[in-house]
Amino acid sequence: MADDVLLRLSGVHTHIGRYHILHGVDLAVRAGRLTMLLGRNGAGKTTTLRTIMGLWRASAGTIAFAGQPITARATPGIARLGIAYVPETMGIFGQLTVRENLLLASGPAGLDPARLARVFAVFPVLKQKFQQAAGTLSGGQKQMVAIARAIIEDRRLIIVDEPTKGLAPAVIGQLIEAFQALKHTSTTILMVEQNFHMASALGDDVAVMDDGRVVHTGTMRDLAADEALQARLLGLSLASHQ
Amino acid sequence: MRVLVWRLLSGDRPGHRLVSALLLAVLLGLAVLPFALPGTKAMAAAARICIFIVLAGSYDMVLGYTGIVSLAHAVFFAIGAYAVAIPLAHGWVGWDAVAVGMAGGAVLAAVVAAGITLLSLRVQAIFFSMITLAAASLAQVLATQWRGVTGGEDGLSFSVPRALSPSFRLLRDPLFGVRVDGRLLTYYLIFVAALLLFLLMLRIVNSPFGRVLLAIRENAFRAEALGYRTIVYRTLASAIAAGIAALAGGLMALLLRYTGPDATLSFSVMVDILLMVVIGGMGTLYGPALGAVVIVLAEYYLQPALQAVSAALAGWPVLPLILDPDRWLLWLGLLFVLIVYFLPAGIVGSLRRRRG
Repeated sequence: MADDVLLRLSGVHTHIGRYHILHGVDLAVRAGRLTMLLGRNGAGKTTTLRTIMGLWRASAGTIAFAGQPITARATPGIARLGIAYVPETMGIFGQLTVRENLLLASGPAGLDPARLARVFAVFPVLKQKFQQAAGTLSGGQKQMVAIARAIIEDRRLIIVDEPTKGLAPAVIGQLIEAFQALKHTSTTILMVEQNFHMASALGDDVAVMDDGRVVHTGTMRDLAADEALQARLLGLSLASHQ
Repeated sequence: MRVLVWRLLSGDRPGHRLVSALLLAVLLGLAVLPFALPGTKAMAAAARICIFIVLAGSYDMVLGYTGIVSLAHAVFFAIGAYAVAIPLAHGWVGWDAVAVGMAGGAVLAAVVAAGITLLSLRVQAIFFSMITLAAASLAQVLATQWRGVTGGEDGLSFSVPRALSPSFRLLRDPLFGVRVDGRLLTYYLIFVAALLLFLLMLRIVNSPFGRVLLAIRENAFRAEALGYRTIVYRTLASAIAAGIAALAGGLMALLLRYTGPDATLSFSVMVDILLMVVIGGMGTLYGPALGAVVIVLAEYYLQPALQAVSAALAGWPVLPLILDPDRWLLWLGLLFVLIVYFLPAGIVGSLRRRRG
């Protein structure tokens, strides 16, 4: 199991200003699997993702990607290793068109027609909105652009922060289908998600955070089957994820 | 024809019919002006418009496309002007001197801009602006104190290559009633150079490089997360814009056959550029071009216009006093306030929004 770890965080601490947010995070993301990072609000999930991307600096501990330390690397250098980051709040460039958003995430050769066709197959609506300013799209469509940007090129790891936040149930269903399609390509994904229905539908592995630490790791299937564990780790009741 | 225009504009639509009409009117007006309105003042105003279209456009690349609030842009304009003026004023009169001055000024301005940007982009926006303001003050001190080279506060007057001097006649007979002399050639040299530089800027901002600049302006962290080293892009944008501003400065030197701190380096030049970009619409390139037309025309013709109106209203109570030509700056300020109030994204930006 240790050999197929693509991303490993060991004892990672992060300070934001005078606040100590992460208190020694240990996390292993296995290649070709979708790892769900769960936890209550304020547990440190987003900070963990941002620390991996170098947007916040780890004050202690190490982060290794494919065995290579990336803790001290600048964000662009981390992204160039083949890590795509889809931030929460639909991290698109609103003044640019959908096409330009995708071009920004493409390599120097520009948009590959085959990959573009794959994106359109997953999100057909983006084909109609291709030349439209991304800022004028609906919330769900913006999220689709953000995800499309992550998959328009081959990535070794895709990091996604709460893709369903603020979206309508119909759009969430579409996103679940999109990520299921992505899973079939054996792409490694690390995802933060509050929607337990989505998390249990997609997750292979799970890590649960609390108070800036990972307090549980295992398979998503085991967590989904154990309501007592869910209640203890996430404060979930049966009713909340029906 | 349509395809050619589309290619020349690098696929950048003006975005509104009125903007297209205004731009076309400006282009045609500037192209035929020496023949339509013969006279030194009209030609001087038109040449200044051409130069300021380039200068304001280059500032828009920094402010509008990259989000860098620099107050040192006039310094690069001055570097270009002095780089052309210094060899000409020191006895090296010829096209080779002009070419060396233009190229040297552009390179020097680009290097200085890159240095300032690299040193100070890590600081917060307001402190960056303060640093650029300090750089502008330093340049002003240098220009006024380094008398032997820059001519100090008096500046440098010089001869230009013979073909550009007013006494030169290219044709013996007038063409459409206008003498084809060095002054006319200087105007068309500036017009063609400004047009080419403007098309070059359009090409730059509509290239993949320009797209990254827009992304950085909108959200630098997001751009970094996509793998773009924002400091490199910002520095390059500053350097390119400074180089283009220096070329505009070189053209100004050829137009005036003079360069001094007041003509190129004063804070009022910087304020003018800023007004042109804000009035026209940041991040549009076409906007600053229209802004340059508005400001230069106002500077040249608002005072005489007020004089005429004030004279016509002589005998009326209060009105001649309010419209006194000496108050032209007050009316220019009012015009600026009205444009900002009714067109908050500038002329082009607001028209595009209404359409969009």
